[in-house]
Amino acid sequence: MAEPTINLEQSFYEVKNYKSPILNWILSTDHKRIGLLYLYSIMTFFVVGALLGLAMKLELIAPGKTIMEAQTYNAAFTFHGIIMIFLIIIPGLPAVFGNFLLPIMIGAKDVAFPKLNLLSWWIYVLGAIVALLSQVMGDGPPDTGWTFYAPYSFKTTSTVLPALIGAFILGFSSILTGLNFIVTIHRMRAPGMTWLKMPLFPWTLYATAWIQLLATPVVGITLLMVIAEKMFQIGFFDPALGGDPILFQHLFWIYSHPAVYIMILPAMGVISEVIPTFCQKTIFGYKAIIASTLLIAFVGYFVWGHHMYTAGMSDTALWLFSLLTFLVAIPSAIKIFNWIATLYKGSINLEIPLYWALGFLFLFMIGGLTGLVLGSVATDVYVHDTSFVVAHFHFVMFGGTGTGFFAALHYWFPKMYGKSYDNTWAKVGFWGFIIGFMMLYMPMFTLGMQGMPRRYFDYLEQFHGGNILSSFGAIILIASLAIVIINLVTSAKRGKKAPKNPWDGITLEWQVDSPPTLENFETIPVVEKGPYDYKK
Amino acid sequence: MDNHSKHIVPYKTYLIILASLIVLTILSILITEIELGEYSTAGALIFASVKTFLVLSYFMHLKFDNLILKIFVGLVIAVFVAVVVITFMDYIHR
Ligand SMILES: [Cu+2]
Repeated sequence: MAEPTINLEQSFYEVKNYKSPILNWILSTDHKRIGLLYLYSIMTFFVVGALLGLAMKLELIAPGKTIMEAQTYNAAFTFHGIIMIFLIIIPGLPAVFGNFLLPIMIGAKDVAFPKLNLLSWWIYVLGAIVALLSQVMGDGPPDTGWTFYAPYSFKTTSTVLPALIGAFILGFSSILTGLNFIVTIHRMRAPGMTWLKMPLFPWTLYATAWIQLLATPVVGITLLMVIAEKMFQIGFFDPALGGDPILFQHLFWIYSHPAVYIMILPAMGVISEVIPTFCQKTIFGYKAIIASTLLIAFVGYFVWGHHMYTAGMSDTALWLFSLLTFLVAIPSAIKIFNWIATLYKGSINLEIPLYWALGFLFLFMIGGLTGLVLGSVATDVYVHDTSFVVAHFHFVMFGGTGTGFFAALHYWFPKMYGKSYDNTWAKVGFWGFIIGFMMLYMPMFTLGMQGMPRRYFDYLEQFHGGNILSSFGAIILIASLAIVIINLVTSAKRGKKAPKNPWDGITLEWQVDSPPTLENFETIPVVEKGPYDYKK
Repeated sequence: MDNHSKHIVPYKTYLIILASLIVLTILSILITEIELGEYSTAGALIFASVKTFLVLSYFMHLKFDNLILKIFVGLVIAVFVAVVVITFMDYIHR
């Protein structure tokens, strides 16, 4: 390698350590390049996952077989789930925007362990490849659903093993990112940035990182136990061998419930950045938002049983988990209250990122409140395993985390690429998204209440109307997502040059160049003011 | 780094810890020889906990580290214990 001459005044895109442009990306330890590597990988998988979702909706447009066989449908919802959960929303916001922005927002030159950071991305790619192998190897793609429930996951003849191993490997990527962020936040904040002067997005990344670190090993062990059970018939979960299938559900949800907070907390952090900037007003209840973030992360560990009300747990466990689940709703409500109070009497500047943030509030509240229907044992027994659950989950994860992701993308796009995007197309994409989203998922609540089960490729004639509406919603949603993504891709290439601080934000990332230089700051800033000290 | 001095542990301490880990391992095997019924699992777990404590304190250097790290480890163990207790709210009352 020739001795590189690094000009610290040019953008990080211009820094080249290798002749080959590909090597410059995949061997870079720059947190910004790694964030973008994650962005491109995640968006690629997102296109696949979204098209699988569309295919499922087209199958459900009419009763009976329309475009695929029942077994293909089983494989489709499994693959859709594995991609969307393990490859997209779990790494999601921390891996993309956390990597790109966390060091800048706390006034650091990089994360604490840049090489470990690059390794996390490589592990992510390895895990993804292994998981994808399940689609082409053996006797057909897995058909267990993304939850791999025992005992079916080791009884099915489909190729589950690579998917399990892939998910296991992906866990390590998540753990290492979490570890990196915890150390970065503890040790690398700029002088003067005390804990209570740190912006809220880094705060949510901090809480998330603890969940990644503590909960992910549980799913790792659980997946290993399923692999061992499948290969050596040990008897952990198989009742025929004296095992307990409910133990699998306990272990799986001990990780997978906290995992939904890995997904949603950073999105809440993004909303807490976007709203004050576009109101030019300090956030209402800064400390209350921090406290509720930590409380969600903590209480979130103890509510996993609400996925298992009908699995045959003891009555004591039923009321205990229901009580704890209701408790975790409180900090989320505190946040919603704080965001709305921030908007109140702010000088609102209605730009695209705020559209998405308001979309988040609207969709996430529907998702959160329908969650209470599922958190209460009496009502959950009625709608368990119906499309009601699927609708709730998509409102929270897609309407919440997904919308938060697009808010972040539109908010920080000028910083990441130094370009502006087309506002008209962005608005068309946003409104199409909201309309398509509501048409797609709202009918699924009613269908679920009427008794339409989830994960079925066929249904009775009485469910036809709602499914037609839902399928057309899916088409509108996919078209709008295409508009949003194409708009951003073309703007990144050909957009007008963006000013350094297009939204008049005052957190540190708006004081550096767009795109930032290799070391972000010429001199490390000294922080004196709070993160949201606007004049108002 | 903070102002905590670099503490150097003598080899002798490490050897004593190693020896006690081996003794405890043997003890946790021997205890299964005694007929304790369902308490033999509890016995084995107690020995394992003592061993964990030794490894964390000496080999992982926690005894000589900042208070904040001790608090972190304490919280992690507390979360783990809470998860186990809540899981047993199902198994015990079934
Ligand atoms: Cu849950």
